[in-house]
Amino acid sequence: MSNKKHITLSVNGKTEEFLAEPRELLIYTLRERLNITGPHIGCETSHCGACTVTIDGKSVKSCTMFAVQAEGAEITTIEGIGGPDDLHPLQEAFKEHHGLQCGYCTPGMITRATKLLEENPNPTEEEIRFGMAGNICRCTGYQNIVKSIQAAATEMNAAKEAAE
Amino acid sequence: MIPAAFEYYRPTDMAGVLSILAEHGDDARVMAGGHSLIPMMKLRMADVPHLIDLQDVGGMSDITVGADSITIGAMVTQHDIIDNAELTAAAPILREAALQIADPQVRYIGTVGGNVANGDPGNDMPGLMQCLNASFTVVGPDGTREVAAREFYEAAYMTAREDDEVLTQVTIPLPAGGYAYEKQKRKIGDYATAAAAVQIVKEGGSCVSASIAMTNLSDTPVYSDAAGAALVGTAVDDAAINAAIAAMLGDIDPTEDNRGPVAFKKHVAGVILRRAIARARSRA
Repeated sequence: MSNKKHITLSVNGKTEEFLAEPRELLIYTLRERLNITGPHIGCETSHCGACTVTIDGKSVKSCTMFAVQAEGAEITTIEGIGGPDDLHPLQEAFKEHHGLQCGYCTPGMITRATKLLEENPNPTEEEIRFGMAGNICRCTGYQNIVKSIQAAATEMNAAKEAAE
Repeated sequence: MIPAAFEYYRPTDMAGVLSILAEHGDDARVMAGGHSLIPMMKLRMADVPHLIDLQDVGGMSDITVGADSITIGAMVTQHDIIDNAELTAAAPILREAALQIADPQVRYIGTVGGNVANGDPGNDMPGLMQCLNASFTVVGPDGTREVAAREFYEAAYMTAREDDEVLTQVTIPLPAGGYAYEKQKRKIGDYATAAAAVQIVKEGGSCVSASIAMTNLSDTPVYSDAAGAALVGTAVDDAAINAAIAAMLGDIDPTEDNRGPVAFKKHVAGVILRRAIARARSRA
């Protein structure tokens, strides 16, 4: 079936244009078409959250959206959050507090956590666990993931206060 | 997991949606958030040759709290429900239920319309809407009609909506009294092993009206008129709650699956309804 659609979307601030079949899932667009391999394929069944990206201000499992649905959208992946030379406070905190073991879930965890802290800059442990419930860590390192997010929240709030 | 190929449409008005549905019949499906449909397409359990994305249609994303009723557009997401303070003040059971659906990512995208129209017995909103005596607006080639939530569900994935109709809005009479949506699930993101929606109105220590519906305990949601009736006229004491549970158990028809055998599901249904009634009573 040659029914390719012309798709334009913005990923990490860069405009991307391509032709794709409607059945192309966004995670494949990111990883295989655009070589943005931070978002991972974990379960591929909408459960694990390893493929989480931010689309127009919402945390989304990119294995459960067709690229064509995201036409015109602004997408942020872990690559757009921070890099080796300019780590985001969440990335810094995950590193500092052993918030990752194998690291497979980490891009999804951190991408989701940026949105969680945006909506709730001072979450309790319970609120973090509830707000991160769509991300699974197969190493079961939740204790340190929660600790990392708490530490990042403290750091980000202090930086915000200092700037005011 | 790659779904079968399909044609994709993104009409900008309802007339456009209806004309595609008229042309392709049951080969076409409308999609709101897609978080029920896309997983099924990936598993190739749903075959959708013509997929109609509703995101550009417009006019279905509002929540309106009126003097007598609440209207919720079909494209309102679970996240929108959770985030709407006016709605939560008017009908707090909606937020309580929405918080128990799936996980944060899914709640940003998953819609009320998709949840109620899908006809999956595992969805939480259908039982909730039966408890609240909501009605659904469906639009088709012959115009618009209203269908009561309590009349809408016929069997798993079979509803009163025709293939050429689109569910556009949910209308809920303003609820009164105490409420609870109680859900037992194996893990976050799972469907209910059993869930109960309860609204109770008490006057002078006595229950004057009660509404009870159960989720995922039959091939449709189960509105149990008898369970509600067992509470009316009582102080909602233990004897009345036991009678309501017995009545509810007579109305559900669970089947064995990976959430457990029938006897276990009936046991859990009783536990969950007991908790839901107790919480609703404490808030009445």
